[in-house]
Parts: sequence; structure tokens; C-alpha cells
Amino acid sequence: MTVGTPPRVDVAAIDAALGTVRDPELDESITSLDFVGSVAVDGGIVTVELRLPTYFCAPNFAYLMVADAYDAVVQVPGVESVIVRLLDHFASDEINAGVAARRGFAGSFPGLADDELAELRLTFRRKAHRAGQERCASALVRAGRDVADLAAASLDDVPPGPDLDRLRRRRLDLGLPAADDAPLLVDDDGTPITVVDLPAQLRLARTTRISIDGNAAFCRGLLDVRYGRRDEGAAG
Amino acid sequence: MYTKNGDSYFIVDGHIHAWDATPANQANRYGEGFINCFYDYHRNLSPEDQVWSKEDFFKQSEERILKDLFEDGYVDVGIFQPTYLTDFYVNGFNTTEQDGVLAEKHPDKFIVNGSWDPRDGEAGLEALARLAERWQLKGVKLYTAEWRGESKGWKLTDPWSYRYLEKCQELGIKNIHIHKGPTIYPLNRDAFDVADVDDVASMFPALNFIVEHVGLPRLEDFCWIATQEPNVYGGLAVAMPFIHSRPRYFAQIVGELLYWIGEDRISFASDYAIWTPAWLIERFVDFEIPEDMTEYPALTTDVKKKILGLNMAKLYDIDVPEQLRLPESAEGAIGAEPEPVA
Repeated sequence: MTVGTPPRVDVAAIDAALGTVRDPELDESITSLDFVGSVAVDGGIVTVELRLPTYFCAPNFAYLMVADAYDAVVQVPGVESVIVRLLDHFASDEINAGVAARRGFAGSFPGLADDELAELRLTFRRKAHRAGQERCASALVRAGRDVADLAAASLDDVPPGPDLDRLRRRRLDLGLPAADDAPLLVDDDGTPITVVDLPAQLRLARTTRISIDGNAAFCRGLLDVRYGRRDEGAAG
Repeated sequence: MYTKNGDSYFIVDGHIHAWDATPANQANRYGEGFINCFYDYHRNLSPEDQVWSKEDFFKQSEERILKDLFEDGYVDVGIFQPTYLTDFYVNGFNTTEQDGVLAEKHPDKFIVNGSWDPRDGEAGLEALARLAERWQLKGVKLYTAEWRGESKGWKLTDPWSYRYLEKCQELGIKNIHIHKGPTIYPLNRDAFDVADVDDVASMFPALNFIVEHVGLPRLEDFCWIATQEPNVYGGLAVAMPFIHSRPRYFAQIVGELLYWIGEDRISFASDYAIWTPAWLIERFVDFEIPEDMTEYPALTTDVKKKILGLNMAKLYDIDVPEQLRLPESAEGAIGAEPEPVA
């Protein structure tokens, strides 16, 4: 796009871009999960290698992470082309080739898929959002707030911190109100949760949060035994 | 039987295998990848002194299985859950016939389950009838992520699946164990979703649907449907070993299950040979919900007795010695029935 010498690719900017890519199921960034095996910059060509906790991790989520990594890195200034390589996965070849050729998910798995992954992504964004609400609501209850009273709470009732930041980001993902005066507890389409529904909804949200957090910890453990802990001297 | 502090527990291990994952039996890279994945589960969640070599993990001798389960492992009855994986392993990974060899030699110790696959159509229905007759099946284990040629999986709501469930009913196979895996058709769907269990559990109220791994990694979806379907149960395979590596998470899983589905529908399993039952049982009997988790009820001795054996014994009509039984408890969950999500 630019005329003359392209800007040098800033590796830190690549890392930051990859930090915006989340595992949709575990609701954490692929950098904090240590799924980025390596990043190599050669002029304007960036090669990213991703690795997952198991050979059989679900191919749809794997595809989303590879495609999202591609989309994030290609926007970094100076990047001319991006290669994202998923390593050691049963569907590495299909996913890597499909993302490189911009074939989409169904085009990458001909005959095995009947749609793209928008619905799957939405389902898991909603789960992440419910879990995020529960984290903030439980913190308020632990601080002494009555559960029935939570229906009237808004985001600015939650003490500032990572849980609130995370919840706001999930709201923005879903196009839901994220301002200070937005209700703390809303359903998937933004309707405030009523006092009547609140106990059951909060209970289910807690189970969702436990499931997500537990899976994330399990996956971290599996990644560690598969590749060794990063601090044990593995290169990259 | 396991005894601690004067209390004795009848043990049913609800999910065990006699598998062959030796390199000679691996048909392709998927067979190799599958057992590597299991081995990583094993290494990740076992106490250090319980970690086996890869060679030991590939296949277990009859002597070893008997020792791990019944001599060292306190198990009274073990239930074989086959996982065929005939696309990955030359002779299959763990078939009814493989399990049956042991079960036939030790009929007082093992129950052998069968399996079916709706993609086998009409011929599979006849094969199921023969399998049921041959092994006197009381249960089947279904793996919905099983690959079959081009197909990467199936759902319980696939048309042929209903025919097989009807056949199970007709043949007196009342326990349907369901194991979800990472793939399904179509691949763009969440393969771990248990909504199909909800459908068939409503449609076949006389069958028991035991969801393996308590629905993990979708604990919330499992709890939600199991609360509404009285014939849905949760098997603790894979959840159990968290008792060692992440005891607080284990407490949360058990606490959530007690809340949503109650103490009568949760059952113990080691997932042998991924883990061995001895240490899991010892730790479970010693386990208490941490004091600060006040939202959960206590894990009493009676609840532990049910989870470790009595609940599964009931599903399989296993005769439990008089002194190890408990008085019948009221059915239903401890927690209040939640309102449906609006």
C-alpha cells in the first residue's frame, strides 16, 4: 500500500495483536494461554506458530483461533503477508491451508460442515458474558450485598478491576450496554434480569463460570505436559 | 470394598477399559494421537508416584488389570465401557469382545457393556441384537465423536439413533452411557453440546442416560438438562483426578452437581487405565468441601457411599451386601428446582 520503504514490523505490535485473539471456549487470550509457540518476522512477512493442549482439540475452535490470529496480525503496520501455522493437530493441514486461502470454515472442511462459525462464536461469547457477570456479582455478594438487590445494580457498583474490564469487553463483543449506568445483570440480548429470575440465572452463570475456569486450567496443564513449561527452557 | 474409620464402602467403578493402543495396533497417526492425548491426561492429573511409562500405558495385562482394580483398587464391580475406534486401531481400541474376554473369566467382577452406531443402519440393529444376546447387555456406551470413514461423528437425535434406542428398550438395555468428544457432524457445531441428550431422555423415559465426564467441558449444559430430566445421570470419569491436582475445582464440580442433580444421580469412575481407582477412592473418602465454600452442602459419608457405588449398583441391579447398603433416600436434587431461563 505504501510507496517507498515500508515501515519496520514491530514485534511487540505483533504480540499485542495476538493478545487480542481469544480462545472462544476458554475466554482467555491465546498469549496468556501460551498457545503462541513462536513468532518470526522476515521483512514484511510474519510467521506465527500456534500450538494447542491436545492433538484432538475441537477443530472449529482451533480454526477460529488460527483465522483470528491471521486477521489480527495482518492489520499490524508494515505487515505484508502472514502465515499462521497450527502445529501438531489432527486437522492442521486443513485449517492452515483453509485460513491461508481464505476459504472459510465450510470451505476448509468440504462436506463436513454446513455453515460458518458465527453461531458457535456467539454461543461462547454469551457464555463468557454470563460468567463475567457472575464474577462481578459474586464479588458484590461477598462484600455484603443482598442477592435480591443485584437486580438494581449497575456496572458502576462494581469495584474497578480486571473482572469489570473483562465484563465490559464481553458486553462490547455482544453489542450490549457497557457504560457505567448499564445494568450489571442482563440476559443474552440485553434485557435486565428480574428479581424473580435472578437466583436461578446467577446459579447457572456460576456453573458456567466454574466450567470455563476449570477447562482453562485443565488445558494449561495439558499444554504443559505436552510441550513442557515455557520457563523450563524451551526456546521461543 | 473400602473401609476407613469404621465405615465401609461398596465400590462400583462405572467406567473402565481393557484397551490395546500398542503401536502394532495403531492404524494411523490418529490412533497414535489418541493414545498420546490419553497419556497426557494421565500425566497431567496423576500424583507423581502414580505416573506410568508410556509402554505400561499402551496396554495392560489381565494380571495388571485385576491387581489395579480389585487387589489394590478396592473395586467390587467394574463396568467396561467400550470405545471401538476402528478407524484408528487395527483391531479396535477397546471393543466389547476385548472386554468380554476378561468379563467372561471373572463374571462376579465385571459387567461388560456394548455399543452401537446409528451410521450402521439396519445391519447394525441386527448386530446389536446379537451383541446383546452374546453378552447379556444391560448397558451401552456411545461415543458420538467416533470417526467412520468420511464422517466425523453423530448426534443422538439423528434419525437412526432413535431406532437404536427403541431397540435398546426392546432388548432390555436400559443404561445408555454417552461420551461426547471433540468432533461431530456438522463440524461447525459445538461437539460437546448435550442438548441431544435432553431430547432423547424425554422421549425414552424408561432408559437411563449416563453422561460421562459429567458433561465436561460443558458442566453447565449438563447440569441444566439433568435438572429437568430425572433419567439423566452424571459419571465422574475424568472429573475424579482433579481431587489431587485441583481439589478446590473438584469441590466445585461436586458441589454444583449436588445442587443441580442431587446425591442419587452422581457416580464414581476411574476411567481406568487413564487413572487407577485406589488413590481416587482413598482421597475421595477423605475429601471434604473446603470450609469457605459455604454455598455447598457437606459431602457426608452417606453421600460418598452413594457416589462410590450404591447409585451405579442400582442402575445395574448389582446385589450389594446387606451391611453395605443405605436406607432408600428421597429422589431428587438437594437444591430447589430452578426456574427455566427466560
